Amino acid sequence: MGFSLGSFLRSCPGAIAQGIIYGIMAMGVIVSYRILNYSDLTVDSSLCTGGAVTATLITAGVSPVVSLMCALAAGLVAGTVTGLLHTALKIPAILSGILTQLALYSINLRIMGKPNVTLLNTELLISLRNIPRAILIGGIFALSVIAVMYLFFGTEIGCSIRATGSNEKMARAQGINTSFNKVLALSVSNGITALAGGLIAQYQGYCDINMGRGTIVIALASIIIGEAIFSRVIETSKVSFAVRLFSAVFGAGVYYLVITAVLQAGLNTSDLKLFSAAVVAVVLSLPHLKTVKKGKVRNDAKPE
Amino acid sequence: MLSLNKVSKVFDAGTVNEKYAVKNLSAAFAKGDFVTIIGSNGAGKSSILNLIAGVYFPEEGTITLDGADITRTPEYRRADRISRVFQDPMVGTASDMWLEENLALAYRRGKRRGLRWGITETEREFFIEKLKPLGLGLEKRLSVKTGLLSGGQRQALTLLMASFNNPSLLLLDEHTAALDPGTAGKVLELTEQIVAENELTTLMVTHNMKDAIAYGNRLIMLSAGNILLDISGEEKQHLTVTDLMQRFADLSGEELDNDELLLTS
Repeated sequence: MGFSLGSFLRSCPGAIAQGIIYGIMAMGVIVSYRILNYSDLTVDSSLCTGGAVTATLITAGVSPVVSLMCALAAGLVAGTVTGLLHTALKIPAILSGILTQLALYSINLRIMGKPNVTLLNTELLISLRNIPRAILIGGIFALSVIAVMYLFFGTEIGCSIRATGSNEKMARAQGINTSFNKVLALSVSNGITALAGGLIAQYQGYCDINMGRGTIVIALASIIIGEAIFSRVIETSKVSFAVRLFSAVFGAGVYYLVITAVLQAGLNTSDLKLFSAAVVAVVLSLPHLKTVKKGKVRNDAKPE
Repeated sequence: MLSLNKVSKVFDAGTVNEKYAVKNLSAAFAKGDFVTIIGSNGAGKSSILNLIAGVYFPEEGTITLDGADITRTPEYRRADRISRVFQDPMVGTASDMWLEENLALAYRRGKRRGLRWGITETEREFFIEKLKPLGLGLEKRLSVKTGLLSGGQRQALTLLMASFNNPSLLLLDEHTAALDPGTAGKVLELTEQIVAENELTTLMVTHNMKDAIAYGNRLIMLSAGNILLDISGEEKQHLTVTDLMQRFADLSGEELDNDELLLTS
């Protein structure tokens, strides 16, 4: 059962393809987590919503591309619901996401009509049956999402969304409707996530109701790994936001390579979520642990 | 131009902590007025500005601006005519956005925001022209994140942003209180300059009696959520700190707490 370099290398292309698709999802999460400063748990279900819509439509004979657009639209609606729960009904951020996430579980089952839909013998846009093509198509989608998001967040409305996330009081004082912007941003975030869900369903050839559980953790891992690797470029670049988006895709690639490696090394698949959660917990706590350590050094230095 | 009619704001209504921040207050302000507002802690200074800005709405009374009732107009919609500078320098700008992006956001206050690019080249030139007179060298730092600026620089920037688009009203909420005395003095000078240049109607809340006397054409002293003193014109020009303290004592029957109101800068 020991680690075999050969079989790891053989698994790498698949891991990269998976990383690229999940990277698209991570870019969606950047909108809520980084731009809006909002921990949105809707994504754990909206990813599956995207998959469910895509899989169901493809089985019904709709083209894979059109079905992806429908997945995107479904995600936009899901995010809007979370946004309205939070802004119009004043439900706390985390809880708004959890409520939509729970409701979507039932809705996803309704969409599929059963706990899973398989996509056998159908023409797909992206599939693990042809991994080089999957990497190419996934890459095109990822680059398109980067381009569209970069342009959107440079527009007047995009800037006002960034201001909303950065400093709500300032945003309102500058005449920005912060509630509307939050709904819009959550909608965009879940739209992108659902689009990624549609790609994932096609890639793996099925969608099941548990797809997407832990999405937020994978997204955070990808975002943080990417930021750690590209931190200098993100700080200094003129197109900092585009680099940040790219770094999340890169981070997702690294994440799936690591997962592949630990699975090869003998980690039980069912322990994977425990492993992911532990990794993200450690990474998220690093900034705090660093300051604690610094504080210690200073305290030690004082008596001398 | 701006009038408050029997305005009351109560916090924690119906509990043991119930407190009237503003009680049955009426006041009218004329176009071009530069009013300084002074009062001890809890007198209602910030509450009045927040009511005018729409941060919260009054329980009773109405507020009109330029003839329109704005009592329940959402904060972001009033912003087309009311601009603000806050006490905390962190609040005035979006700290992880660039300096020019902050200016561009303020430049669009009260305008429709669409899918056009967030900042144009002509605006950038305009911003540079506007930044130069501040004398802080900010015109060379358009793509610095405002979080990296000092408190004084940020307040100067926020003032500039507040002057864009001819607002009907400028609200300054102790905007120099968090600065060191030297910087506070410079920001006040700049305030006077910007107010005069743009002929802005201004309400300035301050803790500092000297500043309240030195700036503006009208001084209002608040106590327990209402106006205790309202001094303007010639009378204000000859006002001294001792006068002000004496009149406060005569009217309220208590000594003014020197620790709460700063007598010197």
